[in-house]
Amino acid sequence: MTRLNKLILSRLGLGVVTLFAVSALMFIGIELLPGDLAQQILGQSATPETLAAFRAELGLDLPPHVRYLDWLAGVVQGDFGQSLASGREVTDLLSTRLANTMFLAGYAAVIAVPIAVSLGLLAALWRNSIFDRTANIGALSAISMPEFFVAYLLILVFSIKLGWFPTLARIDTAESLGQALRVTFLPALTLIMVVIAHMMRMTRAAIINVLAAPYIEMARLKGVPRWRVILRHALPNAMAPIINVIALNLAYLIVGVVVVEVVFSYPGLGQLLVDAVASRDFPVVQAVGLFFAGTYILLNTGADILSILSNPRLRQTG
Amino acid sequence: MGNLLTIRDLRLEAGPPRAPKVILEGLDLDLDRGEVLGLVGESGAGKSSAGLAAMGFTRDGVRIAGGGIQFDGIDLARASQGQLRRLHGRRIAYVAQSAAASFNPAHRLIDQFAEGPLLHGTADAGAARDDARALYRQMQLPNPDQIGFRYPHEVSGGQLQRAMTAMAMACRPDLIIFDEPTTALDVTTQIEVLGAMRDITERYGTAAIYITHDLAVVSQMADRITVMRHGREVETQPTQRMLEAPEEPYTRSLWAVRGIQKPAATGSAPPLLTLEGASAQYRGFKALDGIDLALAKGRTTAVVGESGSGKSTLAKVIAGLMAPSEGRVLWEGAPLAGHHGKRDKRQLRDIQMIYQMADTALNPRHTVRETLERPVGFFTGLRGAARRARVRELMELIELDPEEFLDRRIPELSGGQKQRIGIARALAAEPRFIICDEVTSALDQIVAEGILKLLIRLQEELGLSYMFITHDLATVEAIADEVVVMKDGQIIEAGARAQIFEAPRQAYTRRLLASVPQMDAGWLDRARRDAAEAKSLEAAG
Repeated sequence: MTRLNKLILSRLGLGVVTLFAVSALMFIGIELLPGDLAQQILGQSATPETLAAFRAELGLDLPPHVRYLDWLAGVVQGDFGQSLASGREVTDLLSTRLANTMFLAGYAAVIAVPIAVSLGLLAALWRNSIFDRTANIGALSAISMPEFFVAYLLILVFSIKLGWFPTLARIDTAESLGQALRVTFLPALTLIMVVIAHMMRMTRAAIINVLAAPYIEMARLKGVPRWRVILRHALPNAMAPIINVIALNLAYLIVGVVVVEVVFSYPGLGQLLVDAVASRDFPVVQAVGLFFAGTYILLNTGADILSILSNPRLRQTG
Repeated sequence: MGNLLTIRDLRLEAGPPRAPKVILEGLDLDLDRGEVLGLVGESGAGKSSAGLAAMGFTRDGVRIAGGGIQFDGIDLARASQGQLRRLHGRRIAYVAQSAAASFNPAHRLIDQFAEGPLLHGTADAGAARDDARALYRQMQLPNPDQIGFRYPHEVSGGQLQRAMTAMAMACRPDLIIFDEPTTALDVTTQIEVLGAMRDITERYGTAAIYITHDLAVVSQMADRITVMRHGREVETQPTQRMLEAPEEPYTRSLWAVRGIQKPAATGSAPPLLTLEGASAQYRGFKALDGIDLALAKGRTTAVVGESGSGKSTLAKVIAGLMAPSEGRVLWEGAPLAGHHGKRDKRQLRDIQMIYQMADTALNPRHTVRETLERPVGFFTGLRGAARRARVRELMELIELDPEEFLDRRIPELSGGQKQRIGIARALAAEPRFIICDEVTSALDQIVAEGILKLLIRLQEELGLSYMFITHDLATVEAIADEVVVMKDGQIIEAGARAQIFEAPRQAYTRRLLASVPQMDAGWLDRARRDAAEAKSLEAAG
């Protein structure tokens, strides 16, 4: 297991370095943006004196590298600072949004991953059949439409015509888990339709790739039924690519859902990030950005570890 | 009749039904209970397809287009998938060519053993495991109680092949199809595996179809032999008759392949390439250990040994693909840089390599012309008409018609033609020394013979020196001037061909030579006895 531990440690170390680089890049990006927080908050009528006083209060008059290092010193000690726009603690601001984002991502993932993998397995089992073709065409059509279009289509059908689900995913007003699941069903369904195709097609391709191996022919010549050949003989050897594509899509569910959030006015991290960028609220942008980068790093590392664990050849070499 | 298996007028086709490619035509086979039938032929003869058809199984894209396959009263050609599945593994079992590729890498051996009995309901999990241990023991696997709990990658090729035979026996089938089961093994390992296979089929009275391209091997295993060619039967005879008096000219030509021999070299030649105390390591593992070797100008030095003996590492060190950790390589007395990047262009041109798998060594997207023009341009600097002329000259050297072949892509060539292009690619650099790494082991005997003859002719015409890496002693006997025997990264014995073959000094060399399958039917028994003795001698020092 030493080899695995080494891998985990080196990945986490690299992850920390990546986070530093990401935070520096984001800081530079915000600096390059035109516009000014003080002007935006105090309005056009503010006098130069009040603007200067406001900047001095928030430390915006200091040179950029000093502000960055100040912020960094805070982060290393676990202090993400206050939002420049609202003055609230960034950690407070983030926590409810983060919970919402994870709720929606988890909701979509719990449904999408098993469906995608099962559809992929069935498509491989009945390769080139009507089922295979239908599943492929369906998945590809879903992925070919822009998310907001899928979202509005679902709203049109399920909210306006049928009236089953609300158009706004107001999770903050939901009283029970059941209600929360109901109000967020449409955004979750949108996300499911977007991520399923990728995972399904990769599962199908990975399985079909393995089906050409001599040990698959051997299994069939031992009289193993076809479904069992797929599940027991092909799937364990196709895990690595499937795990990786699942990790990528999970990351997307957490990081890339801003359009869906906007359509359903869902209070998630994506909206928070867009608002913060609009107001140059750099502590918030940094915190959200770091969280997103960390999500990618952790999910990818997790995927690599699981891939190794799924392969006896890699698992055992110490 | 009491026949177990009767195949009549079997026809297999592949490709579009309107213009089918015939895989097998008019094949008749009969097999009694407990009888072993050998199927012999070159690759593409249809013997594997025939073996699979005996299970009612065809590979993707192949279909049974006519004829009948009767197994114990069941018509396999018309049986349903469910019926076949109940027979497969239960009454007819299969042993594949490469055990390493045919065991599922994700599961332990014993679980793969138990899968069949559990599915077919012949044993419960505990009984299947006990039986696995018993069969592993009968197959003379080391540590039979524990070996099943290993994953395939933790077990050697010869052991895997025995474990696969044990797995095939799991439900005590009436018939086993052995599909080239020892082709991928070293000769000394082959003896043990063949012996264990024969013992176990005799013990349980299992009938078998033994498929191979090696006549000597099949003559040890089979009661009767069927020779096949181009999807048709050439002739069928009891083994003894087949060996002593083959009737068909094609069968006789198969026997004759082993006949080429290069005339013995006379006099001494100055060394072209010398290794002095060369060692090489992979992460601390010493793959090459203090090699002293002089390769003579204009001669062929064969390097023989089993897999893992260090012969490929030796080639890498000479070619500069791997720097020696100790010692040095000299070219005409002057030291060569350890890494090819530090050698000058003349030195790079002088040493060329021909690879075992022409398939993977040549870029499949290139035409023959592109494959040859690049190295010609790169090494000789020729351009335009001069380069085109040189490419044609190379094609003539390797006896392929430039008009016909220059514009073909690599995948459109046969195995032997690809290997010829591999030779031409090496010749493009106008080398003086060529390393031939198992260049004939992927080829059929007759095709291999053509390649060997070509190499001998090129040596005479161009004064080339060869280092010939092989595990096939028949090849060594055919073309070597000098022979070097390697084991565990060291040279065990070296000398002229005649001396090594007629008066080997080392016990290991004697065991290696005795392992080469011979045509007479008693060879396997003798070889097993000798191998046991030789091993104990080696162990004693």
